[in-house]
Amino acid sequence: MDLSHHGYRASAKPRARAAPPAGDPLLFDDTSSAAAPMNSQGYYTPGYDMGGAPPGGPGNAGVNNLFADPMASAAMMYGSSLANQGKDMVNKEISRYVSVNKLKYFFAVDSKYVMKKLLLLMFPYTHQDWEVRYHRDTPLTPRHDVNAPDLYIPSMAFITYILLTGMALGIQKRFSPEVLGLCASTALVWVVIEVLVMLLSLYLLTVHSDLSTFDLIAYSGYKYVGMIFTVLGGLLFGSDGYFVALAWSSCALMFFIVRSLKMKILSSLSNDPMGAGASAKPRLRLYITVATAAFQPIIIYWLTSHLVR
Amino acid sequence: MAFTLYSLIQAVILCVNAVAVLHEERFLSKIGWGVDQSVGGFGDEPGIKVQLMNLVRSVRTVMRDYIFFLFLQCP
Repeated sequence: MDLSHHGYRASAKPRARAAPPAGDPLLFDDTSSAAAPMNSQGYYTPGYDMGGAPPGGPGNAGVNNLFADPMASAAMMYGSSLANQGKDMVNKEISRYVSVNKLKYFFAVDSKYVMKKLLLLMFPYTHQDWEVRYHRDTPLTPRHDVNAPDLYIPSMAFITYILLTGMALGIQKRFSPEVLGLCASTALVWVVIEVLVMLLSLYLLTVHSDLSTFDLIAYSGYKYVGMIFTVLGGLLFGSDGYFVALAWSSCALMFFIVRSLKMKILSSLSNDPMGAGASAKPRLRLYITVATAAFQPIIIYWLTSHLVR
Repeated sequence: MAFTLYSLIQAVILCVNAVAVLHEERFLSKIGWGVDQSVGGFGDEPGIKVQLMNLVRSVRTVMRDYIFFLFLQCP
């Protein structure tokens, strides 16, 4: 079966039994809600198909016996319908708090995007065009636009950072499983604090930008990539390598944050001829952007210095 | 500083409580942060102080009923 990402677009294709149910590729299509009910039906037809069509090849005698037994097949159908109901209920509850469509946008990535974005995070100085491209009023998915924020890299980098922390603490013979959980929740709490402070300052200064909460979480989560690079430098090359890697990733991350947020925060000003730019608003917005950028090296140092002695 | 998620929740509850106990008449009007003093200019963007006053008032309105039960959660 064609599992390349071009195959994901052909939503009219009938689902072969070998289709991995976890890789619901229909969900990555442009998040129209018409795809979702079709998908939840399509997800369970393999289950019913298995009861109907007997599998070919050796060893099907036993399987045929199981499904020829009406009690077993009835129980299986009942069980799958229960699971279906449970899944629908969970989806309904979750979609009341978190807009799942909006979340799907942030995870629509492919490996080319991830490579380019990681390169951009570590060396942003040669990138020319920082505008997020739009396609008929909706922002392009990260698959098509390298400037779009995504949540895949931050979440993967967070998990990698936790694993690296465990390894670094193990090298120092200070490891215990509780420390891992503590480190994970500390890092998460700092991200939450930073996102809340950003939201509060954007609200107070009435910046009408299109930065949603998930965008801010994404931009805050990009610092984990810097943290991983710093910890790796410290582990491989000792204390000197740690500070060199810290300086490099801090500068790169600061540049990246300033250039990315400048587009969103500062350019939401209208260019009306209102005096010689004497209002405090552009300055305060600039302060926010610079403060966000300056916060990144501090938190990177704070969260990684105890790993490298 | 080792934070847990629980300490974050506790800190948030305490901060919200601190905002919720600011009394409208006895305190906020005295220092010029009352809700009747926040008539902003129309068509112009409200300043930081007006936004902050609105935020305080909305937090008080929302949390007035629930803050007691949230407080019971902390040991």
